[in-house]
Amino acid sequence: MIQYAAIVIFVLGLYGILVNRNVIKMIVSLNVMEIGLNLFIISIGFIYDGIAPIITSTEAAGALIYVDPLPQALVLTAIVIGVGTTALALAVAKSIHRVHGTFDLNEVGDLQ
Amino acid sequence: MKLKNLLALLVTLLLALAIILTLNNNTLFPAFGDVDLADRVSGQYLDSAQIDEIGAANIVTAIVVGFRGFDTLGEVTVLFISSLGVALLFGASRKQKRLDADFSPNFMLRVGSRVLFGVILTVGLYIILHGHLTPGGGFPGGTMIASAILLLYLADDQFRAKIKGFKILESASGSLYVVIGLLGLVLATYFLQNFLPAGTVGNLLSAGIFPILYILIGLKVGSEISGIIDNFLTEEDAK
Repeated sequence: MIQYAAIVIFVLGLYGILVNRNVIKMIVSLNVMEIGLNLFIISIGFIYDGIAPIITSTEAAGALIYVDPLPQALVLTAIVIGVGTTALALAVAKSIHRVHGTFDLNEVGDLQ
Repeated sequence: MKLKNLLALLVTLLLALAIILTLNNNTLFPAFGDVDLADRVSGQYLDSAQIDEIGAANIVTAIVVGFRGFDTLGEVTVLFISSLGVALLFGASRKQKRLDADFSPNFMLRVGSRVLFGVILTVGLYIILHGHLTPGGGFPGGTMIASAILLLYLADDQFRAKIKGFKILESASGSLYVVIGLLGLVLATYFLQNFLPAGTVGNLLSAGIFPILYILIGLKVGSEISGIIDNFLTEEDAK
């Protein structure tokens, strides 16, 4: 059930992108969407009483329950790509501000 | 304007409803916390014989640089392209100078930030070096190195990193990643194969090429994000 909270965060970000006309707020909404999806992917691998997938004792691996490591590895890479896209989007926003003097797309005019 | 917001609300609600209805009572989508790893590919990653063969205590690292090392190479390329795009948008080919700050740092701020810089850098390098043993690794550690550089930039309005060194470090570590992958092809059978001995699980020198690859990833991520920070905090010199 709690996984639907991640979906709610995701659609909140989508709503923010559709409603806002400020470039910075749109980028923040994009990041909110990303966080929602990351939480969802992580939650797929969760197991009750599971521990982090790191071998810390000499016990046989079958005796311990580990959570699924694959979604964690995927989210690790997704976070870094999110940083890259956010940096690129902010660079575009800074260019818009340099040319038009505003972050608001309604005032930019010829971009619409 | 109001109608547009209402429409956006309707679209998002419909999307949320569609996603939740699809997931609800879907036999392919397991209930929260009720997963059997034996059904998934991860069950093999957690197999004890497999772990002894790979030699990495951190299984997430084993996946990121081992089983999916080629994936990670592509992802590092994505980060490289985004830093290249940022540099292009800011016209980095011309001479750059620092943005004018509306404060001048005092002595304590400057010295304190230098002291913290060393601490943050050490923690970042520790996280990178122990990526195959403890949580963390090249990506978080590289970001920590970049955050240490960001601290220096924020605390001193005259500071400018030697950005050329970062570019050389970035290209060298990116190329070495490919070279190590090709060595796997030459010395063993396939690209990025672990051709070094796996060692004992839990030792610092274990897991073959994983620590080497993660150090390269950490240096590449750190220098790339530092380059992005430098691009954001400089502007074209008008003179």
